[in-house]
Order: sequence, then structure tokens, then C-alpha cells
Amino acid sequence: MSLIHLRNISRCYQMGAETIHALRDVSLEIQRGEYVAIMGPSGSGKSTLMNLIGCLDTPTAGHYELNGANVSEMDDNQLAEIRNREIGFVFQTFNLLSRSNALHNVELPLIYNGMAMEQRRRVALDALAQVGLADRVHHKPNELSGGQRQRVAVARALVNKPSLLLADEPTGNLDSRTGAEIMTLFEELSRKGNTLVLVTHEEDIAKHARRIIRLRDGLIASDEKQAAGPG
Amino acid sequence: MNSRRNWSFFFAELHESFSMALTALTAHKLRSALTLLGVLIGVFSIIVVMTAMRVLERNVENNLSQLGSRTFAIQKWPEVQFGNNSDWEKYWRRKNITLELGETVEKKATLASAVGIEGTFWGGQIQTRYAKTAPTVQLLGETTGSFEARNWTVEEGRIFNDNDVDDARDVCVLGAALAKSIFPFGSPVGNELKINGINYNVVGVLASKGASLGGNQDNFVIVPLTTALNRYGLRWNGLGILVQARTSAVYADCEEQVRGILRAARKVRPGAADDFELFSNDSLIEQFDKFTRAVRIGVVVVSSIALLAAGVGIMNIMLVSVTERTREIGVRRAVGAKRRNIMGQFIMEAVVLCEIGGVIGVVLGILGGNILAWFMKVPPAVPVDWSVLGLLICSIVGVIFGTYPAYKAANLDPIESLRYE
Ligand SMILES: Nc1ncnc2c1ncn2[C@@H]1O[C@H](COP(=O)(O)OP(=O)(O)OP(=O)(O)O)[C@@H](O)[C@H]1O
Ligand SMILES: [Mg+2]
Repeated sequence: MSLIHLRNISRCYQMGAETIHALRDVSLEIQRGEYVAIMGPSGSGKSTLMNLIGCLDTPTAGHYELNGANVSEMDDNQLAEIRNREIGFVFQTFNLLSRSNALHNVELPLIYNGMAMEQRRRVALDALAQVGLADRVHHKPNELSGGQRQRVAVARALVNKPSLLLADEPTGNLDSRTGAEIMTLFEELSRKGNTLVLVTHEEDIAKHARRIIRLRDGLIASDEKQAAGPG
Repeated sequence: MNSRRNWSFFFAELHESFSMALTALTAHKLRSALTLLGVLIGVFSIIVVMTAMRVLERNVENNLSQLGSRTFAIQKWPEVQFGNNSDWEKYWRRKNITLELGETVEKKATLASAVGIEGTFWGGQIQTRYAKTAPTVQLLGETTGSFEARNWTVEEGRIFNDNDVDDARDVCVLGAALAKSIFPFGSPVGNELKINGINYNVVGVLASKGASLGGNQDNFVIVPLTTALNRYGLRWNGLGILVQARTSAVYADCEEQVRGILRAARKVRPGAADDFELFSNDSLIEQFDKFTRAVRIGVVVVSSIALLAAGVGIMNIMLVSVTERTREIGVRRAVGAKRRNIMGQFIMEAVVLCEIGGVIGVVLGILGGNILAWFMKVPPAVPVDWSVLGLLICSIVGVIFGTYPAYKAANLDPIESLRYE
């Protein structure tokens, strides 16, 4: 059974009299362990698709199953639980809590699943070690470099051992060298069996993935597998 | 989900809410301080006034003659008067309470276990072989029943017997403090002393009551009422009658019986007001409470308005805070916070803000109110009930005025909030 199963998904925005079709009748399956890149011009619906897959948004029409659960019919609380349990997000703008240190930022998802304090701490430290930040746990975001911030965000996304890791232009705010570092990290996570979906504008970045889905005007323009990328 | 996990959830959320609240408040120290100032002032004004009232009340209790719970007293003049003094002429015109009237009560009050008649006389000078006091020692004239009615017990020797009173003998009983100062070397019982130059024989010493801070509680000498009347005459304020009811159950009946006896003896027409004052410790405290009620209601009204204003201020700041932290809310929602988690966090923040103001207000209020205690030399008072109530009200203010901002925060769209600049 596939991890992600989208069937005839549409997402429309009503702007006054005008209806904007951000996604039109998209059907898509992603298997467990896949590494998928989503590409496409600006405004083609990449972020909209990611938000739907990540259960931050619900489709206007269509059916979405994640890990066997029918997400398209869930209420707000259930969606929050699914996000907490099944999904790890990495954003272009990092989205860390600026007043909290790296450790607390990584602990955040665990707080909302009710893990006890000591266990939470241990698991969060583990995740930070995995992204190579064991020596920066008490730094606040503004005391970290861009690449380090994004690593904290990756650690936060990983900490709940989600079945799916989503990254919307994770290297968009990083210089190419730091961006490459983050991509190496994703590569490693993919090798370890994590399912990854990432949005990017850059062909170089997309080359890391095994499958590239191209969107245009809310439709899937192409969907192709490729050999294992470089690195 | 088992209950242990539920608790763990609850605790994790509570802890997170609380630390988030503190982080948020310390991030804007001045803003937080200004906001909680309103709560602080509201709570402070309640607590400072209530503390001061407690202190005053205690002071009144201390100054009252120490009547037991089953005892009431009858006098021409009120013991203490609160409020306006325009009634003095009415009291002045009343007939004095006399020994005969007291004896009538003694005879007829069947519900009383003890009836005492007493008078206070001018302060006098006491002289013994060893010492001489200042001429300020209180001289009390008492009958046998007074000892029981006043709850006096003898430490040494005996109280008066009926012969002492009937024959107006020159005997006396000493208050504990006085006994110690004029007979420093041994038992006073059986010794002679001079009151204003006249010889008396000491028959007993009272046990110390010494609870009061005033110190002169036990600085008096008691002689038989008849002796005092023969020697000094009836004073302008007349005598007092003390009545102790047999049991607490018949207390009210006893009061009515005595009232009836007095009215009959004085020939007060039915429907006319008593021409004497009948009071107990409780009724005096009640009177005091009635007098201060207006002040209390006033302060409650004023501080309610202050707290309401403070609440609006808190709501305003919380709305600003929600807007400022839109992105944070989005992040929390993205990693799995439910609406109620966000709601709880912001309500908690409002409550913490209020409680900080409340606690400071309570502490300052208690300190402020007790400055009065310090000046009046009575033990400090801590109005626990009002303090608890004050803090409770703070929490309620926090919840009420934090709910709308929290609701707004909880209902932000996660995607919009994540994009918010
Ligand atoms: N909240 C919204 N209200 C109205 N229209 C929206 C909203 N969000 C997205 N859209 C529209 O939906 C379309 C798809 O937007 P989306 O953000 O998915 O594009 P994208 O592919 O991520 O673009 P970019 O590469 O610039 O991030 C756009 O035309 C956009 O204007
Ligand atoms: Mg986008």
C-alpha cells in the first residue's frame, strides 16, 4: 500500500468573483521510502500541494489517504494529531521559535504528543546529534548560522520519527554551499529509509531525488523516475 | 489512551504553557509591568483596606473589657461609640444604674448563673512596705458575682465572699501585674497595703490574663463595691451590671429576661426605647463591623472598577501579543498543537500576568495595612480569606479577558500564520 494516495484532488481559492484553481484534479501516489522532488514555475501550486500532503490544508474536492487513513474527512483536531505523528515539516524560512533555544525548538512536537520530560530531552538531543548540532543545543536561532538553523528545523521534523518528511524549498534561503550540506543531510536520511518530498526551483537540487514531479498551472506536467543522484 | 498518558499530556502542555507565558512576559518586561500595574493596584487597594480593618477590629477587641462568650453587660453609657457622637445628651439624661437596681437583677434573673455589679473609680496610689506606685492604678469595686461573670480566677488566696460585700470590709484582690510590682518578695495574701492612704487587707491575687500588648491589663486593684461606694460615692457614669447566662442556649432568653427586669424596675413604658445600654463583646464587634461596612463596600467597588480597567488593558496587550506571535502560532500548529493547546497557552499567559500583579498587590497590601498595626501596637493581621479571594479574582480576570485573544489565536489559519510577515 502506498504511503500517500491522492485521488482527483482540487484546491480552489475564492478571490472575490474570481476562482483561482491552485490544483486541478491531481492524482498521485508516493510509496514508502521514496525521495521525490516537486518542481515547477512560481504559482504552479507546489506549496499548495505540500500543504495538502502535510495535512495543514484540506482539499476543495478529492480524496487523500495518508498511511491508510482518510485525511480528507478529518476534523481539525485529528489533522493536528496526524501532523504531529506522521509528518515532519522543513520550511524555507526555518520557522523556529526565536526566543527558545535549539533544544526546546526540537522538543516542541514531543510536547504536543505528551512525552515525559526526561524522555523528551533525550530524544531531542538525539535528533540534534543526528544533524550534527550536538554542541549547539543551547543556542538560540539568532546565535546560529542559516545552515545550522535549517539543521535545527530538520531535527525538529525528524524528532517524532514521522513517516513523511516534507521540505518546501529548504535551501531557498541558504547559499549554495550550505544548501549542498543540507541536501547531503537529506540524502543520508533517504538512505536510512525516510520518505522525503521536497519542493525546489533548482535542477541541481532536484537531481538528488529519485523521482521528479513537475507541476504547471495546478496540473502534473510530468512525473519521472531517475537513477540515484550524485553524492 | 490510558489515563497515565493523559496526565502526561496534561502536564507537558501545562508546563509548556507556563514557560511560554513567562518567556513572553520577560521578553517585554516594561510592557508586562505596566499591564499588571492595574491588577496590582486593584488588589492592593482591597487588601490594604481589609488588613487595616482587621487590625482595627483586633484593636477594638483588645480594648473591650474581657467579657466571656456567655456574658453581657448593662451600662448607662455605651462602651464604645462608632460614628457620630450627637447622642451624648440622650445618654447623659438617663438615670444612673444603682446598686439597688443591680441587686434586683441579681434576685430576679433566674436564667443567669452569675450576676456581678461593678464600678470603676479614680485611679489611685498603692503603697506597701516595699513599693509605691504611680497614682494611676485602676480601682474597681466589685460584688461576688463579678468574678465569675468576668471570668476571673484567683491564683492565690480567695475572692470576695458575701460578708465582705455586705459588711463593706476593707479587703482587696490584686491584679497579677500589680501584685508582682508591689509585693516583689513573696505572697501578698494576708498583707496590708494602703490605697490612697487607707489600709486594706489583701485576700487574693488574680491569675494573669496578660494576652494584651498594652501591658497594664492586670494593673488594677479590686475592693468590695459597697466599700468603694461608701468611701468615694457613685460616680457620674453610674455602675455596670454583668450577667452570665447559664448556658449558651439560654443566652438570648437571659438577655430578654434581664431587659424585662430592668424596664419594669425603671418603669419604661412599653414601646419606648431602653434607657440603658445592653451589650456583649459580639454585639460590639457587630456594631464595629456595621460602621466599617460602608468603607468595605466602597473599596470593593473601587477595586472592581480598577480590576475591570486592568482586564481591558490585559486584553489589549494580549491581542497585540497574538498578532506579534502569529508565526509562532503557525509553527506550533504545524508541529501538532491543537486549537485548545493554543487557546490554553494564551489564557495561561493572561492568568500568569494577572497573578504576578495579584501576588505583588497582596504582599504590598498586607504590609501596608500592618503599618497601622505597628502604630497601634497590636499584633499584625493577615486577611487570608481576602488574599485568597483577591488571587482568585485575578485568575478570573485573566481568564475572562484572556479568552477572546486566545480564541483569536486558536482560530488563526495555520498556513496563513506561517506566511505572516
Ligand atoms: N491563500 C490563498 N489565497 C488565494 N490564492 C492563493 C492562496 N494561496 C495560494 N494561492 C494561489 O494559488 C496558486 C498556487 O500557489 P502556490 O503557493 O502553491 O505556488 P507555488 O508553486 O508554491 O509558487 P512559489 O514557487 O512561488 O512558491 C497561486 O496562483 C497563488 O496565487
Ligand atoms: Mg511555494
